[in-house]
Amino acid sequence: MLGLNKKDFNLLLIVMALALLAPFLLNPFPSDSGLAQFNAGYPDLMQKFVIFGIFAIGFNILFGLTGYLSFGHAAFLGVGSYSCVWMFKLLGYNVLPGIMLSVVTSGIFAYLIGIVSLRRSGIYFSILTLAFAQMSFALAYSVLSNPKFNLTNGETGLQVYADDPQIFHSASAPDLPHLFGLSMRATEKLQIGAWEFQFNAGYYLCAIIMIAMFYLSIRIFRSPFGMMLRAIKSNNTRMNYTGLNARPYTLAAFVISGMYAGLAGGLLSAMDPLAGAERMQWTASGEVVLMTILGGAGTLIGPVLGSGLIKYFENIFSKINSTVLHNWFSFLPEGLEDLMVTLIYPFVGKGWHLTLGVMFMLIVIFLPGGLVEGGQRVKRLFKRRKSSDTDDEATQSTPAE
Amino acid sequence: MDAIILQTLNGLDKGSAYALIALGLTLIFGTLGVVNFAHGALFMIGAFCAVFLQRLLSLSTVTIDETQKDFLGNPLKVETPYVHNWFGPETGAAIIDWSVPLAILFAIPVMIAVGFIMERGLIKHFYKRPHADQILVTFGLAIVLQEVIKYFYGANPIPTPAPDALAGAVDLGTLVGFDPNVIIYPYWRLIYFFFAALIIGAVFAFLQFTTFGMVVRAGMADRETVGLLGIDIDKRFTIMFGIAAAVAGLAGVMYTPINPPNYHMGMDFLVLSFVVVVVGGMGSLPGAVAAGFLLGVLESYASTTWATTTIPGINQIIIYLVAIIVLLTRPRGLMGKKGVMEE
Repeated sequence: MLGLNKKDFNLLLIVMALALLAPFLLNPFPSDSGLAQFNAGYPDLMQKFVIFGIFAIGFNILFGLTGYLSFGHAAFLGVGSYSCVWMFKLLGYNVLPGIMLSVVTSGIFAYLIGIVSLRRSGIYFSILTLAFAQMSFALAYSVLSNPKFNLTNGETGLQVYADDPQIFHSASAPDLPHLFGLSMRATEKLQIGAWEFQFNAGYYLCAIIMIAMFYLSIRIFRSPFGMMLRAIKSNNTRMNYTGLNARPYTLAAFVISGMYAGLAGGLLSAMDPLAGAERMQWTASGEVVLMTILGGAGTLIGPVLGSGLIKYFENIFSKINSTVLHNWFSFLPEGLEDLMVTLIYPFVGKGWHLTLGVMFMLIVIFLPGGLVEGGQRVKRLFKRRKSSDTDDEATQSTPAE
Repeated sequence: MDAIILQTLNGLDKGSAYALIALGLTLIFGTLGVVNFAHGALFMIGAFCAVFLQRLLSLSTVTIDETQKDFLGNPLKVETPYVHNWFGPETGAAIIDWSVPLAILFAIPVMIAVGFIMERGLIKHFYKRPHADQILVTFGLAIVLQEVIKYFYGANPIPTPAPDALAGAVDLGTLVGFDPNVIIYPYWRLIYFFFAALIIGAVFAFLQFTTFGMVVRAGMADRETVGLLGIDIDKRFTIMFGIAAAVAGLAGVMYTPINPPNYHMGMDFLVLSFVVVVVGGMGSLPGAVAAGFLLGVLESYASTTWATTTIPGINQIIIYLVAIIVLLTRPRGLMGKKGVMEE
C-alpha cells in the first residue's frame, strides 16, 4: 500500500499511531500522583519529540545511508529557524510560508556547503562541516546582527516586534503563529478521571508533517537512489571503478537531509517564534548525531526512537533536584540515603549533560547499532532459545563434534 | 609597520596554542590513526591542573587573632596558607604567586597518566572500528570530561594570574628602534610563545634524535613491518599518546593567565585546531605547527580595525575561509603527504 511493502507499511502505521496517540501514550500517570513528573504528554515536550524526530530522520538519510558523518547539521536547523521568523516578520503569523521558506533556504544553504565539503570524505568531511557550522554560528551571533544589516539580532535572538511590516496580517487573525486562523497554541483538554490529556494544534501539525517525512524517508530508503547511497557507504572506491560518479548522489542526500533539518528548524520557530544563534552551535549538531546513533543509524525507526528518548530524558532528568532525590530514597536509612543522593546528584539536574555523555559513550562502545540493534539482539536471543529447544530434540542422536 | 609587528606578535600567542594542540592531534593521528575529539578536553584539563594547584597551595588554616578586631568588633580571623607555615611567609607567598609555572611540573605526570588511561582504557578498543566510531566515542568522552570539570569547578571562568614579576608588559618597540609605547607586549604572552617553541622543538628533537623517536617514526611509516621486526610498537605508541596529552596539557597550563579557564575552553580551541590540522595537512607534524602559527597570525591581522571596517566580521571567519580555500586548491593541505586519509 502507498508503494510500500507490508513490513514498511506496518512500520508506518506504528509511527502514525505513536504520533497521533502521543497525548494518551505519554500521559500514563494521573496528574495528581507523585509519578506525574514522568508524564511527557504536554504540548511543549511533544512538539520537541516530533520536531527533533524530523531532524534525526533527515540526518539519518545522510549518515545512515552514505556514512558521511556531518558534524554541522545544526547550521541548517538554525537557518530554517531564522527564515521562518523572517516570514513572520514580513508577511504575518501564518506558519505555511515560513515553513516553506525555511525548507528552501536551508536547501540552498546545504547545496552551497555540500559542494565544498563533499570534495572530501571521512574525517575531512566531518571537520569541514563542523567548521562551516561554527562559522555560521559566529556569523549569526555577531556579524549579521550589526545595526546596518540586522539579519539575526545576535544574542537576543530574532523575534517579531510590533513595528514589523507583517503585510498579510489581518485584525481577525491571532497574534501568534497560526495556520489559517488556527492558533498553534490552541489546546483542547480532555479530563478522564484523574488523567488530563492535552491535544495541541501545533503538536498535531508537527506530527502530521513528521509522518509525511517518515513516509518520504521510507520511500528514499527503498528507492534505487537509496540503494546507490548504500553502495557509496559500503564501497565508494568500487563505485568509482564501475564508472559511477558518486558525488551527485551524496550531494543530493546532503541537500535532502539539510532540508529536513531546515524544516525542523522552521517548525521550532513556528511553535515558538524566536530564533537564536545557539541552535547552530556544535553541541546541537552533536545532539542530532547522538539521537541517530542511539536509535540506530541506517534504520528507519531508529532516529525517531532516539530523538524521543533523548528529549524525554533531557526534560525529566533536568527537572530532578536534590529534594526530589531525597524523597525517592527516604525509605533508606539516613547515611545510605545521603550516599545515594550524592552518588546520583551529579548526573541529574544541571548535570544532565554528563548523563548524556556517558550514555553516548556506552552506546558507541557496546551497541554501535543503537537501540534497534539492541532490540534485534534480544529478539534473536529469544528465537535461538526457542529454536535450540527444538534443535535439541532433533539432534539428540548426533553428538556435537 | 609598527601595527603589523604588533598584530604579528598578538597572533603568535594564539598561534602557539593552536600549534601545540594541533601538534598533539597530529601525533595521535600519525601514530595511532585515531581522530581524537577529546584533545580539546585534554587542553582544558591541563588548564585546570593549574587551577587545582593554585587552590591546593592556597589551602589555609584559620587562627583567631585576639589582638585585632574586625569592623564588627569580633576577634579577627586570620587565614594562613599551609605553605606559609611550612616555608615561612616570604617563600610561601612566592610559591603561591608562582603557582602557574609550578603547575607545569604538576601537570606533566598528571597529563601523561590521563593519556595512558585514555589510550589503554578506551581508545585501544577502537583501532579496528571505523573513523566515525572513533570520532563519536572521543566526542562523548569530551562531553564527560567537560561535565566532570564543570561539576567540580562551576561554569564560570576562574582567574589564574601569572606571577607578579611576569605580569607587566615590555616595550619591545624601543629595543628595535621604534618610538616608546608603540609596541607594548605583555611578558606572559612572550613567555608563552617561547615556551611553545621550546616544547615543539623538544618534541621534534625527541622524534628526530633518539632511538625511541626513530622507532616511532618507523612505526608511523609502516606499523606492520616494525611489528614484524620484533618491536612492541603498541607500547611505544601508547607512550606517544601520553606525550601528546602532556603537550596539550602544558599548552593549557600556560594559557591560563592569558584567558581564565572555563570548562568549555577546550571545545572552542578544538574546532579551530582541527581546521589547523586540515590546513597543515593530515599527518604532517611540521604542517600542523606551521599552519597553527600561520592561522593565529592571520586571525590577528583580521582583527585590526582596518580589516573589520573593510569586511565586517572577517576576524570571526577568516580561519574557516582560509581552510576552505586551502582545501579547494590543495586538497591534502599545505604539507600533507600522499596516502594519508585518501579513501
